[in-house]
Amino acid sequence: MAKTGKNILSISDVSIGYGTKTVAKNINFDLEAGMLCGVVGINGIGKSTLLRTLGGFQPKLSGNILLNDKPLEKYTSTTLSKELSVILTEPPASKNLTVQELIALGRQPYTNWLGTLTKEDKQQIQASLDAFLLDELRNNKCHELSDGQLQRVLVARAMAQDTSLILLDEPTTHLDLYHKVQILKMLQELAHHKQKTILFTSHEIELTIQLCDRILILDGKDHPFGDPCQLIEQKHFDTLFPSEMVQFDHETGTFKVNK
Amino acid sequence: MQGSRTYRFSFILMLLALLCSLLLNISSGSVTIPFPDTMSTLLGETPEIASWEYIIWDYRVPKAFTSILVGAGLSLSGLLMQTLFRNPLAGPFVLGISSGASLGAAILLMGTSIFAGYTSLSFLGDITLSIAASIGSFLVLLTVMIVAQRVKDTMALLIIGLMFGSITSAIVSVLAYFSSAEDLQRFNFWSFGSVGNLSVNQLLLLGSIVTVGILLSIVSIKSLNAFLLGENYAQSLGISLKKSRLTIIIATGLLAGGITAFAGPIAFVGLAVPHLTRQIFDTMEHKVLIPGVMLYGAILMLLCDTLAQLPNSASVLPINAITSLVGAPVVIWLLVRKRKMMF
Repeated sequence: MAKTGKNILSISDVSIGYGTKTVAKNINFDLEAGMLCGVVGINGIGKSTLLRTLGGFQPKLSGNILLNDKPLEKYTSTTLSKELSVILTEPPASKNLTVQELIALGRQPYTNWLGTLTKEDKQQIQASLDAFLLDELRNNKCHELSDGQLQRVLVARAMAQDTSLILLDEPTTHLDLYHKVQILKMLQELAHHKQKTILFTSHEIELTIQLCDRILILDGKDHPFGDPCQLIEQKHFDTLFPSEMVQFDHETGTFKVNK
Repeated sequence: MQGSRTYRFSFILMLLALLCSLLLNISSGSVTIPFPDTMSTLLGETPEIASWEYIIWDYRVPKAFTSILVGAGLSLSGLLMQTLFRNPLAGPFVLGISSGASLGAAILLMGTSIFAGYTSLSFLGDITLSIAASIGSFLVLLTVMIVAQRVKDTMALLIIGLMFGSITSAIVSVLAYFSSAEDLQRFNFWSFGSVGNLSVNQLLLLGSIVTVGILLSIVSIKSLNAFLLGENYAQSLGISLKKSRLTIIIATGLLAGGITAFAGPIAFVGLAVPHLTRQIFDTMEHKVLIPGVMLYGAILMLLCDTLAQLPNSASVLPINAITSLVGAPVVIWLLVRKRKMMF
């Protein structure tokens, strides 16, 4: 993996939550260009809240979030849209869009007031279609796609938006194992070859361990962050779930159900 | 998105259809005027019978242009609402915007004489009526928008729109109970809908309102397209939610409110035309859809008005009844054929 050494995202002492209710605090991590990072943790620990905070959808409670060395709150929605793209759990409001139309919307931050696509925009759209194997589906409507195909379209749209940071909220839900691996592999390729920094939340801890460059574990206390192998050695996965139900196997990097 | 070039042929066909329905509309009416004479009168010649010139220029032409404005404007407002509320069933009628306008008109036409003791409405010009109706529709639109912020469920939004309709009709019934027969009749005629009674000045005013609505919609094309992904995605694409939402609401309010004020509540055009247009233009790109729905709406309204004007008869059917008779089956047909309504 090529490292540039430049921090795209830098989080220090961040607390997240809603109003007076703190969901998680003391979150610290840095992400360099070209890194694929997974955020894991049990339900309700604040994965989505963290993503919504980083995406600018809700304010942080305290701490510093630096995106390309500039505080996140200093960005306007227009300037932010060129640095950060998101893929949310909610499906697109209109399923009547074609694959190509949906991906083309990713170019909005760069188009004029009427949204006219330039030659460069069209090249970007074509590159996204090709990268996610969507060229044959380009004229299909979104309601005709399977969950796996739709997820690929949404990621392709984020790629067309051409931002340094891409955030994804649970990109692997509703997918079978094959498509989970497919989408994560494609994210890995996007991160490593296009030097995009990608942060996603997931319940697929075993896949995350195998594919990610960094993992952030939200455990409600220290929120360990680092290389997957290091985290295994430091036994951070052992305490992720209540141990009477599942146990982490250090040899295989998988969870075993207690019988 | 696909270039508009692909749709050029459809647009040319629709423009031709618009021209044909315009001529058909002008040449039909309670007084039979032979088609060649209609044409020559339109081209500036003096017809055989002097009254024909008056009928065509002072009555039929303004009526035809009102139909075009009403059809195009209502369809556009329907398209804006369907995109803004992410709901295929949204339209000025369903969301209670037309009911709001009715309430405004009813309070003015029937309420003033009850509460303020005015016996005559002669001093209340039609301009006052349109202002009252516009205020009514704006108030409902704003309420619906505030509710839409809190209630994310689009189904609930439609139910709230229907409830507004019920509240309005209840208040109207109460007002009707206490008002004089004259006032009641005046309100009833307004609620039948009509495109035929506008003076040139009113037509110009309506034209300006619709033009502003259209311009605001054109400015919103980019944000409308982004809204197709949902509001969170739109924001992440650099769209200022507050500003664009407000622009779209003002455009919708001007279009639906202004038109309802002048032409009365006209059902189903706003709801049905966007869906019909998508049968021709298979795209969600608003650059194509906005001119598309306006053309389709204008054609449909001209044809409905031609139908309402029973040939060779002095009677004119209420336009609202015609649009419902045409529109409701269309919505049912779309639902049955596609099994699911999408926007």
